[in-house]
Amino acid sequence: MKDLVIIGGGPAGMSAAIAAYENGVKDILILERDENLGGILQQCIHNGFGLHKFGEELTGPEYAWRYEKKVRELGIEFKLNTMVLDVSEDKVVTATNTQDGIFQIEAKAIILAMGCRERSKGALNIAGSRPAGIYSAGTAQKFVNMKGYLPGKNIVILGSGDIGLIMARRMTLEGAKVHAVCELMPYSGGLARNIEQCLNDFDIPLKLSHTIIQIHGKDRVDGVTIAKVDERRKPIAGSEEYIPCDTILFSVGLVPENELSRTANVSLSPITNGAIVDQDRQTSIEGIFSCGNVLHVHDLVDYVSEEAEIAGKAAVEYIKGTKDDSVLIPVKTDGKIRYTVPQRITKKKDVAVYFRVSNIYKNVMIKVSDGDKTLLSKKKIKVAPGEMECITLKKEIFENAKELYFSLEEM
Amino acid sequence: MYDVTVIGAGVVGGLVARSLSKYKLRICILESENDVAMGATKANSAIVHAGFDAKEGSLKAKLNVRGNKMMEAVCNELGVKYIKNGSLVVGFSEEDRAVLNELMQRGITNNVEGLRIVEKDELHEMEPNLSDDIICALYAPTGGIVCPYTLAIAAIGNAMDNGAHLKCNFKVTGIDAAENGYKVSSENEFVTTRYVINCAGVYSDTIAKMVGDNSFDIHPRRGEYMLLDRECGDTVSHTIFRTPSKMGKGILVTPTVHNNLLLGPTSYDITDKENKDTTAVGFDAIINSTNETVKSVPVNKTITSFCGLRSVGSTGDFIINSPVKGFINAAGIESPGLTSSPAIAEYIEDMLKADGLALEVNPDYNPIRKPYYSFQEASPEEKNETIKENPAYGKIVCRCEGITEGEIIEAIRRNPQPRDLDGIKRRTRAQMGRCQGGFCGPYVTEILAKELGVSYESITKFGGESLINVELTKGGQS
Ligand SMILES: Cc1cc2nc3c(=O)[nH]c(=O)nc-3n(C[C@H](O)[C@H](O)[C@H](O)COP(=O)(O)OP(=O)(O)OC[C@H]3O[C@@H](n4cnc5c(N)ncnc54)[C@H](O)[C@@H]3O)c2cc1C
Ligand SMILES: Cc1cc2nc3c(=O)[nH]c(=O)nc-3n(C[C@H](O)[C@H](O)[C@H](O)COP(=O)(O)OP(=O)(O)OC[C@H]3O[C@@H](n4cnc5c(N)ncnc54)[C@H](O)[C@@H]3O)c2cc1C
Repeated sequence: MKDLVIIGGGPAGMSAAIAAYENGVKDILILERDENLGGILQQCIHNGFGLHKFGEELTGPEYAWRYEKKVRELGIEFKLNTMVLDVSEDKVVTATNTQDGIFQIEAKAIILAMGCRERSKGALNIAGSRPAGIYSAGTAQKFVNMKGYLPGKNIVILGSGDIGLIMARRMTLEGAKVHAVCELMPYSGGLARNIEQCLNDFDIPLKLSHTIIQIHGKDRVDGVTIAKVDERRKPIAGSEEYIPCDTILFSVGLVPENELSRTANVSLSPITNGAIVDQDRQTSIEGIFSCGNVLHVHDLVDYVSEEAEIAGKAAVEYIKGTKDDSVLIPVKTDGKIRYTVPQRITKKKDVAVYFRVSNIYKNVMIKVSDGDKTLLSKKKIKVAPGEMECITLKKEIFENAKELYFSLEEM
Repeated sequence: MYDVTVIGAGVVGGLVARSLSKYKLRICILESENDVAMGATKANSAIVHAGFDAKEGSLKAKLNVRGNKMMEAVCNELGVKYIKNGSLVVGFSEEDRAVLNELMQRGITNNVEGLRIVEKDELHEMEPNLSDDIICALYAPTGGIVCPYTLAIAAIGNAMDNGAHLKCNFKVTGIDAAENGYKVSSENEFVTTRYVINCAGVYSDTIAKMVGDNSFDIHPRRGEYMLLDRECGDTVSHTIFRTPSKMGKGILVTPTVHNNLLLGPTSYDITDKENKDTTAVGFDAIINSTNETVKSVPVNKTITSFCGLRSVGSTGDFIINSPVKGFINAAGIESPGLTSSPAIAEYIEDMLKADGLALEVNPDYNPIRKPYYSFQEASPEEKNETIKENPAYGKIVCRCEGITEGEIIEAIRRNPQPRDLDGIKRRTRAQMGRCQGGFCGPYVTEILAKELGVSYESITKFGGESLINVELTKGGQS
């Protein structure tokens, strides 16, 4: 029996553990399947992490180390090389590793912090052959940064997610030539800062409204055919262009890894592909919390750490029996706002609501209303799907609301 | 000198070699690729057909029904997953019903057991996700599903455990008469043998021509597939065929033995036997057809797509004959070739016997092959035992399919040895889940390099020039 079991030792898991410890629950166990703590940050050796949180630019491993050091100093228990196989609704965690074999731990509370994985190329149904030389951007990142191998020299990248942008620069620095980054949508899903620093600074063309329609090559990729797409994202005949290359990297989105949330019967949102949570990041199952990229995909690890602190603190309240669930206010959206986290509010306390929009909009008014009553509105010059937004609601304005409806109006 | 040389390490060559390994024979399997099961055997519908399709009296009909009867026992011996899930050929109209009745009659003539027409109510109870427009179906309870490449791998592994040799990267380029038999050559090697069995799939005509048999041609017919996440495996429980038309058997929807959902195949005649491209037209055809037969198939849950080439023979039937002494063709083995494969092996064994090859029983022959250990399917107690014995089974490498390092090492150490990433994939399912090796690929590469004692950068996806990495990074060191 443990007070708190945390699944995943990435930034979310570590930050949640530290917050729980500092708030008085010390009987904690972090389970991590990798051989190190740090999660995906271990392979993100570029800088740009921590600006928001620490006011300085750190690399991924440096950022992770700040948390790992703290975890070690506090003596928080963790098991590495340990894969969690099952989490049950009544909070029994089943895991396996080489020393203990299969083992079970009962927990008073559980925090899910399993992170996300990259969407694979398979989902895209791209025609052509299936040679070697096709990788997800994260896999290429692992080959280059962790294993010290270059998977190719002439690259085309599909998808302008942040990992794709970062890898465009990384491969260029390693002497490869990145011929193009193709993006299906008329805008990039990556951070503006990454487009500037990873593409523009290296003269790598970003082809918006373009996709790969055919892969060529028998043993190894020898080229791709790309084409422009129309508003319905269908290739436009006559716009085809052949680009010789030996490697294709896919950066077509991240999917929260919620297999364990499913085994625990946690309700998931079809939009975020993560759990549906309250302001404390508690899921539909009491005492099971979720935070970090397993909950929804974040732009910056800084926000992941912040979110995990919330979950860590709340888990302590739950264990001590002080968690306040005095109200139930659902948070809804109009579709232009794709989703919010949290999706419901259960306590009368100031709350930061994070959200993403479904398209690029300029000059908009974000409104929070309860029926006909507008509770709050906020002007924005530009919002984009790639940048997470946040509005903090003072408890006075929503205390008595029946629901909080987030909508976006173009002005 | 070998007694028998089998050209082609597909499911047919594999089962032929295995059934001959019962006897005191020196057997060799020659395969042009870097691994076994690289032809039609790795890209087909994986259906154990009941036997109502093939024309009455044809070799196809006879071997299909016989193969269907043999399949369960063969799979049991070889530790291969086989599920008798039953097939349904669905009809949308009274015209379709007439065709289904004809099919049923043909099936009865072919000795297929248990066929009957199911009407709408019962049908929708059997398969709640079928389209409401479907009015009836031909139900074949003896239809089944099997994993075709696992069957080929297991058959070849079992033959090797019983003494057969396998030579991969041996592309046969010439066959010459030699004393008491033949000299079978590639560009840089040769073997001598008394008998040659031609199981070379789409290239079986090329091989036959090497001994002067010009009596048939094989042309490739493309069949494309989409494979969906295991989340979708329960969409249907039977194999759902459409009523055949002039356009062929149409696109089916079936669960696989690993509980993925398989959609396909398309059907296009092509000329290039090396072209296994998927096409945008093909994807559209698969999606459209599937949407007509089954409600709410989440095609966005596709994890991979692929294409196989049917070996369409110019005679319309399987071509199993001996055009010259000591040389046997198993050619034109298109569908239901997988189903028929155990029966084809038996048929060829009989041909050899009739030809006077002395078949003396090998007293050490063991027909049983232990399946690859599946950590995921083991009980908790068994898992603990295994990990205690060998900690590598406690380390999960492929997260999507839950495959451990121990399983990967076991696969590398067993016959037939995989030498590339795809070979590991087909034996263990590592890299076969929803992330398609995105996460575990680099680790599997490492394990394979270590086990084979070769460098990391020499590892390929499927042999030849299909290298995974091209060079060290600036700071990298091997
Ligand atoms: C490939 C990739 C590249 C990225 N690059 C950048 C970037 O350049 N800049 C940026 O700001 N952000 C980047 N991100 C996002 C950023 O790194 C994440 O926001 C952050 O790492 C998320 O933290 P997390 O703890 O939620 O998830 P993770 O860091 O993914 O940690 C989750 C941990 O849980 C473990 N785990 C999962 N399941 C189990 C289980 N069943 N049992 C035991 N352990 C388990 C995992 O091994 C992992 O260590 C990247 C993300 C990815 C996927
Ligand atoms: C789209 C499609 C769907 C199908 N669906 C079904 C089904 O549902 N049920 C069913 O029963 N059957 C089905 N089949 C048929 C079945 O897949 C085949 O009949 C079976 O796999 C044939 O096995 P094989 O060993 O003859 O050929 P292959 O698996 O093609 O093996 C031939 C081998 O010979 C090797 N080779 C070729 N030339 C040379 C050379 N010169 N030297 C050395 N080696 C050489 C090749 O590399 C290959 O490995 C389907 C086929 C296709 C294409």
